[in-house]
Amino acid sequence: MEKEKKPLEKVCIICAKGNLEDVMAALVMANGAVMEGIEAKLFFTFFGLDAITKKYMNKLHTATVGNPAMRMPGGLPFPTLLGALPGVEAGVTAMMKKGMEKLDIPPVDEFLEMFTAGGGEVYACKLAVEMFGLKKEDMWDDVIDIITIGQFYELADGDRTQIIFT
Amino acid sequence: MKELNINGVTVQLDDEGYLTDSSQWNEDIAKSLAKEDGIDLTDKHLEVLKYLRDVFNKGETLTIRKVGKSGIVDIKEFYKLFPKGPLKLASKFAGLAKPSSCV
Repeated sequence: MEKEKKPLEKVCIICAKGNLEDVMAALVMANGAVMEGIEAKLFFTFFGLDAITKKYMNKLHTATVGNPAMRMPGGLPFPTLLGALPGVEAGVTAMMKKGMEKLDIPPVDEFLEMFTAGGGEVYACKLAVEMFGLKKEDMWDDVIDIITIGQFYELADGDRTQIIFT
Repeated sequence: MKELNINGVTVQLDDEGYLTDSSQWNEDIAKSLAKEDGIDLTDKHLEVLKYLRDVFNKGETLTIRKVGKSGIVDIKEFYKLFPKGPLKLASKFAGLAKPSSCV
C-alpha cells in the first residue's frame, strides 16, 4: 500500500535575534515556504525586531565576538579578541553580504518584499515592541500588525502547521 | 519514468513530471504539461518560460529574484501566473530540471 502523503500546509516562523545570519535563516525558511506553495507567517520578537524596523533593517551585522564557528578566509580560527577590534565586525558583515549577493540572496528589505509578494505575512510581537518603545510607524510598512503571542497561536491553527523558532 | 506523446513528439518525464531532455521542449509540450496542473498558458506565461530557458541555458541558477528583475513580470505577477510554487511549476513547463536553488 502506498503511504499517504501529508504535505506541510503552513509554517509560522519566529525570529528572535537580530544578527544578520539569524534573520537570513528565518527569511530563507519563510520565503522558501511560499516558494513551495506553503502558507507562511513570520513573527519578529525581541532583537529580531531590528529586521523590520525601518532604521535598522538594512544595517544588521554578523557578531564577530562569541562565535566559535567563525573562521578567517582560508579556514584559520578567528580569535574572539580580534573580533572585538573596531571595524572588524563591519568588515566581516560586508564580506557576508558579498557572499550572499553572489548566491542571489537579497538584502533584508528586498527579501521581505519577495516574501510578501508570494503571499507571506509579517507580524511584530506586541510585548517586545512595547519593551523597546517602538511604534507602528517605526516598523517596515508591510508589517501587517503588532500582535500578542495568543494571536500568534491563533494564526498557527490547522493540523498541518509547524512552528519554527530560530 | 513516464512517456508523453504530444503532436507526434514523444518525450520522457521523470517521476516528478519534469522533462528528461530539455532540448525536446516546444510550446505544445509546455501547454500540455501546464494543462495537467490546471493552468492555461497565455503569451505572458510563455514569455516567462522562454526567459527561464535562456537563463538556464547560460548555465545560471534560476531564482525567483532573477525572474522578478527580468522585466517580464514582477514577483507578485510571477506567483499569480504560476500559483503554489512558481519557480518549480514554471521550470517544469519550460522543460527544465527541478530548480535547485533555495531562493
